[in-house]
This record gives sequence, structure tokens and C-alpha cells, in this order.
Amino acid sequence: MKNSRRKFIKIAGMAALGWSICPSLAGARSGPRQSENRLRADRWAMVIDSEKLNDEIMDKCIEACHKLHNVPEIPNDQNIKWIWKEPFYNLFSDQSHGYLKDKKSLPFLTLCNHCDNPPCVRVCPTQATFSRDDGIVLMDFHRCIGCRFCMAGCPYGSRSFNYYDPRKFLDDDELDHDYPTREMGVVEKCEFCAHLVDQGEMPACVEASEGAILFGDLNDPNSDVRKVLQERYSLLRKPKLGTDPQVYYLI
Amino acid sequence: MLEKAIKGSALYWIWLLVLLAVIGVGFGAYLQQLDQGLSVTALNRDISWGLYIAQLTFLVGVAASAVMMVIPMYLHNHKAFARMLILGEFMAVATIIMCLLFVVVDLGQPQRLWNVVLYPTPSSVLFWDMVVLNGYLFLNILIGWVTLQAERKRVGPPRWIKPFIYLSIPWAISIHTVTAFLYAGLPGRDFWLTASMAPSFLASAFAAGPALLILLAFAVKIFAKWDPGREAIQSLAKIVTYALAAYLFLIGCKIFTAAYSMVPDKLAHWEYLYFGLEGHTMLSVFMWVSTVAGVSALLILLFPKNRQADNILAFACVLVLISTWIEKGMGLITAGFVPTPMKEVLTYAPTGPEILITLGIYGIGFLIITVLWKVGIGVRKEIEAT
Amino acid sequence: MYDANKIIPGLIIFALFMTFPFWYNLGADAYSTPELELPEDYEKCIESTEFMRAEHMNMLDEWRDLYVRDGYQEYWSELKQESYPMSLTKTCMDCHSDKEKFCDRCHDATAVDPYCWDCHIEP
Repeated sequence: MKNSRRKFIKIAGMAALGWSICPSLAGARSGPRQSENRLRADRWAMVIDSEKLNDEIMDKCIEACHKLHNVPEIPNDQNIKWIWKEPFYNLFSDQSHGYLKDKKSLPFLTLCNHCDNPPCVRVCPTQATFSRDDGIVLMDFHRCIGCRFCMAGCPYGSRSFNYYDPRKFLDDDELDHDYPTREMGVVEKCEFCAHLVDQGEMPACVEASEGAILFGDLNDPNSDVRKVLQERYSLLRKPKLGTDPQVYYLI
Repeated sequence: MLEKAIKGSALYWIWLLVLLAVIGVGFGAYLQQLDQGLSVTALNRDISWGLYIAQLTFLVGVAASAVMMVIPMYLHNHKAFARMLILGEFMAVATIIMCLLFVVVDLGQPQRLWNVVLYPTPSSVLFWDMVVLNGYLFLNILIGWVTLQAERKRVGPPRWIKPFIYLSIPWAISIHTVTAFLYAGLPGRDFWLTASMAPSFLASAFAAGPALLILLAFAVKIFAKWDPGREAIQSLAKIVTYALAAYLFLIGCKIFTAAYSMVPDKLAHWEYLYFGLEGHTMLSVFMWVSTVAGVSALLILLFPKNRQADNILAFACVLVLISTWIEKGMGLITAGFVPTPMKEVLTYAPTGPEILITLGIYGIGFLIITVLWKVGIGVRKEIEAT
Repeated sequence: MYDANKIIPGLIIFALFMTFPFWYNLGADAYSTPELELPEDYEKCIESTEFMRAEHMNMLDEWRDLYVRDGYQEYWSELKQESYPMSLTKTCMDCHSDKEKFCDRCHDATAVDPYCWDCHIEP
């Protein structure tokens, strides 16, 4: 009796362990799957080619992104930006000098750097912002409590907070139904279009950029991004902070 | 013991009604904020923390005053604080509750506050801040209530409370340290990125907390006709003097590092703070008031004769509070955000709703202090009458 | 009893307060099972009706973590032998396209107010 009970517990324990590791073996067939089309990478990175960028292309990128993600246009300083234009000097103030006459006021595109060592993830008290294995730094809008610690933590000003209900500034007829809006009181930012990447598509800004923005796996020696970074000179924003940003600027 | 809170003079009740009115107005403003979001504040994409978080920072400091009496009394057997200690502990309770409320009103999604407990994240300083603030609140309620009850029964405090009292000493240090670490560990915010953040928090805390306690003790003397004891107030005045000197010294150290190294990322924040940049000079006016008030208070308090004159001491304590409140409650947060990561310069001036909500929370704090002190002083009077 | 004049009214107020939900609903309509408008072109949902009725909220809750945090995109339905995107708007509301005649009827009857549609856009 004693022996068989012990045996039963042992088997039940093993079964529970096995089921938790691989539920499909236990007969629970319905369940989550990864999409077959999904693009995979060890480390996603973005390379922005300043030579190929111009005002028109930048505007296209911004429009593609903000339309896809239902980013509202709010006409004051409580606004939301995922990808936007910023003068060269503001982005690279520690790597420029007074005689950079042409470049200094030249607008550049900027967005979340999807750092390898992201301070926003470190400071978030609820893990509402987190790093994926492939390096994309994501926001879980369901979990964010709106403390804005991540905004203080981000050294690049890449994060926006929903001071307003964003739907007030969105046209109901022009909403993109495949992506949610946000609610009041949560933080948001660029997601490297993780939802598109997972379905096998490139990020919206990359598609709209006419080749000025490259996106690929930095750990793959044959990827476009690796090759171009080996060939040409590039800048990173605030590299001395050790956040290890993954948006590179070809100069 | 709580029954002592419901028997009071007309003045006591009028004061409570005034506080309730302030709380009511603040609550109304908070309902507006819940409805319209933090868009009712002057916070924005660049300056994402403001008046609320600044009050948290300032009040965490004030909550320390209890420990500045616990250390002399329990570690150095300085008996002068025996009568007054309960007031310090109850003030800590009120200020910590204010701190927690300031965190809640700053949240965009306050109803999800519990997520901090559901998904505990040890890498986040805010998680630890929640732990230490709630722990300190619990310790002070427990210690204050148990010791007061023992005194009322005219017996010594139970032995099991001693470990909690000793624990409350490092715990008081921890609430400032952790709150300073909220700021001091952020890359790219050069104004905050300094090891002197926690020490300077402690110094300003040990000046502001006891200064407020002295002022409230004077108020008690007038309105409750109960004297906390001259020696206790004089000891507190000495503590304020030393802490104020340390606080001003540490500010001087920070300014030296920025000004002599001339590293622009460091210096720009101090220039903004004291002189203003690109025409944004509102904050610098306040900062000069803060500095002049702090230095004047020190010059007054350095002389024992001034400390011994109640009026001059009270005046100096007001100066200390003005100085530390402007420094923590206005300057520290805004100057950390400006210039922004994009090198832009802005001014942050809180809006009406923001100020009303802040006043409402101060109203709650003063209500709690009033009621708890009424109980504490009532018990002491009862003991001393026999 | 000492202080009966305070204790008894106190007890009465307490009892009234605790039974508030009962007398507040006096005279309100009796609960009737809401009638849902089901999609015409489909016979089966991705799981059995009983399961969906009892568990749809838990399923959506799991889906959102799996999709947002864990990198899964699809749900394999054993019942339908087919994969579906784990998405409220793309899968659920693709069939149940009228929120008012499906979601809201039960939610209103049971007085629950899910905040899904604060962000997710109804078709």
C-alpha cells in the first residue's frame, strides 16, 4: 500500500513535470503556436542611411508608422511620437562641433533604440516593458501602471505617455483595425513592428523608406545590416552610457 | 485611546473642518484628473515627473524626524526625547501616508497599482521604494501605538517591541536612500547621476524633518497647552543645525564638481537651475530664495543664543523648510529633466488641478497629524496629571 | 444593556448597509438569459460552446500574454483542425462581428464591463 502510493505520487509528479514542459504530449492539443512565416533573428538591428534619407522619405516613414499603430497627433507638448524628425545636433550633441555647418541643423529620423541593455526595462516596476530574446524591447499596454519611471530612465526621449485619451485625437474612420489604440495613462513607444516581424513582414518604416532604412539580424555575418556596418562609418546615439543602442546611423 | 480624538475644543473642530474642506476640493480636482487623465497637469513628454513626485521626495525626508529622536534616546539614553518621541513617530505615519498618496495620484493607471505586487520586479527601484515606504509606515504605527499604550498603563514598553525600534533606525535611512536611488541610477540624467544623491537626501531630511517638528511643537504649546519640553526642542535645534550645514555643504560639493569640471552635460542643469537658460528663468528665482534662506538659517542657528530664543528658532526653522522644500519640491525634479535628452530647454509650472490635488494630500497629512497628536498628547496629559 | 440607545440604531444601520444589494434590486426585472445573435456562416467556434461560455475571458487573458509577451501568434484549434491568429479583433470578432448583439448582451445582463474595447477596435 505504502509502496504503491509512493509510486503513484512519483508517476503523477513526473507526468505533471512532463506536461508543464511539453503540454502537447499530454493530449492537450489545442494551444498556442508560433507562426510559420515568422522572421527570426538573434538580434534585430536597424541601420539608417543618412545619405539616402530626405525630408520626403522621412515623412513617409513617419506616416506609415503612425497610421499603422494609430498614433494620435496631439497639438501640444503632451504628444505621442514613435518615430520622428530631430536635428542632427540634438541627436548627436556629444559627437558634433560648431563647424558642422551643413549637418548641424539637418533633420534625422529617430526612434526607440531597442537597447541591448535597456534602462527602461530595468526600472519598470511591473515588467510592463521587457526585452524579447531577439532584442526587441516591447510594451505590454495591459500591464503598464503609468508611473513613467521608464520615461525618466530612457536617455533618448523615445517614450511617450498618454496624457489624454488618444481616441479624442483619432478619426474613427481612419483607424487601423488590426492594431489597438491605447488607453489613457499608459506609456508607449516604437516596437520595431514586432507584430509584423512575427508574421513575416518588415517594419513599416523600413518598407516606406525606399531603401534608406535597413533591418536585419546583427548576429548573422551575411545579413545586410552587418555588411553595411562593416563597409561604412556609422554613429550610435550616446554610446558612452552603455545602453548598447541598436539603431545605427550611416554617415 | 482613539476616543481622545473625538473630544476637543471648538477650535479643534474648526481646524478639522478647514482641513476637510481642503481635502474635499483636492478630491474634486482628483476626480477631474481621473476623468481627463494627467492632461490636466503641466507634465509633458519631456518633463514627465513634477509636483507630485517632488512632494514624495520632500516628504520622505520629513518622515525621518522620528529617527533623529530614536537614535539619541535608545542608543545614547538621551531621555529628553521620551515625552516627545511619540509625536515624531506619528508625524512619520502621516508623512509616509502622504508619500504613498503622491505616488498614487501620479499614476496614469492607479487601479492597476496592485501589478507592482503581482509582478514583483527586484531590478526596479520603484518596487523597493514601495517595500521600504510601506515597511516604515507599518513600523511607525506599530511602535507608536504599542509604546503609547504601555505608557498609558504606566508600564514599560513590552520587550518584544525593542527589536522593531532598533530596526526602524536603518529602515528610516533606507527610505531616503532608496528614494534617492530612484534618480541616482538613471543613465543620461546627469543632474541626478551622482553618488551624493542619497547623502544629500539624508542631510536635507534631517534638517527639514526636525525643523517641522520644532514648529509643530511650538504650535502644540500654544493650542494644546502642552509643553514638549525645552531640552527636547533644544536638542532638535542642534540636529537641524548640523544637518543643515551638511545639506548646504553637499550642494556646494555638487556645484563645484559641475562648475570646475565644466562638463557641459553636468553644468547645463546647474546653469538652468540658478540662472535659467534660453530665457527660462522662473525656477532660478525660487532657487536663489532657497539658497539665501538656507544660508541665512545656518548663520542664525550657528549661534546658541539664537537657538535658545523661541521666536528666532521658529523663524530659522521656517527658513529651513522654505529652503529644503524649494530644493526638493521644485528644483531637483525639473532640473533633472531640463535640458532634455534632446538638449531642449523648457519651463514646468504646475496647473491649478495639480496644485489643488497636492494641497488636498497635504490636508490629509495634517488631518492625520492632528488626530494622532491629539491622541498622543491626550495620553501624555493624562499620565502627567497623576 | 449599557448604551442601548447607541448600540441598537448602530446595529440597524449596519444591517441595512450590509443588505443594500438586496433591497436596492427589489422590483428590478428578474434575470432572463440574454439572446445572442450567432454568426450564420459558421457552426462551431474554436472550442466547444460550453468551454467558450465559461472560459472565454480566461482564454483571452492567456492569449494576450502569449501574444504580447511570449511570442506566440496562433492558436491551434483541435475542434476545427485549423490555426487562428490569437487576436480578439482578427479571430473572435471576425465571426462575432456585431459587438452589441453578441458581447454586450451577456455583459450587460451580468453587469460586467470589460475594458477590451477601450483600445481594441470593434469592427
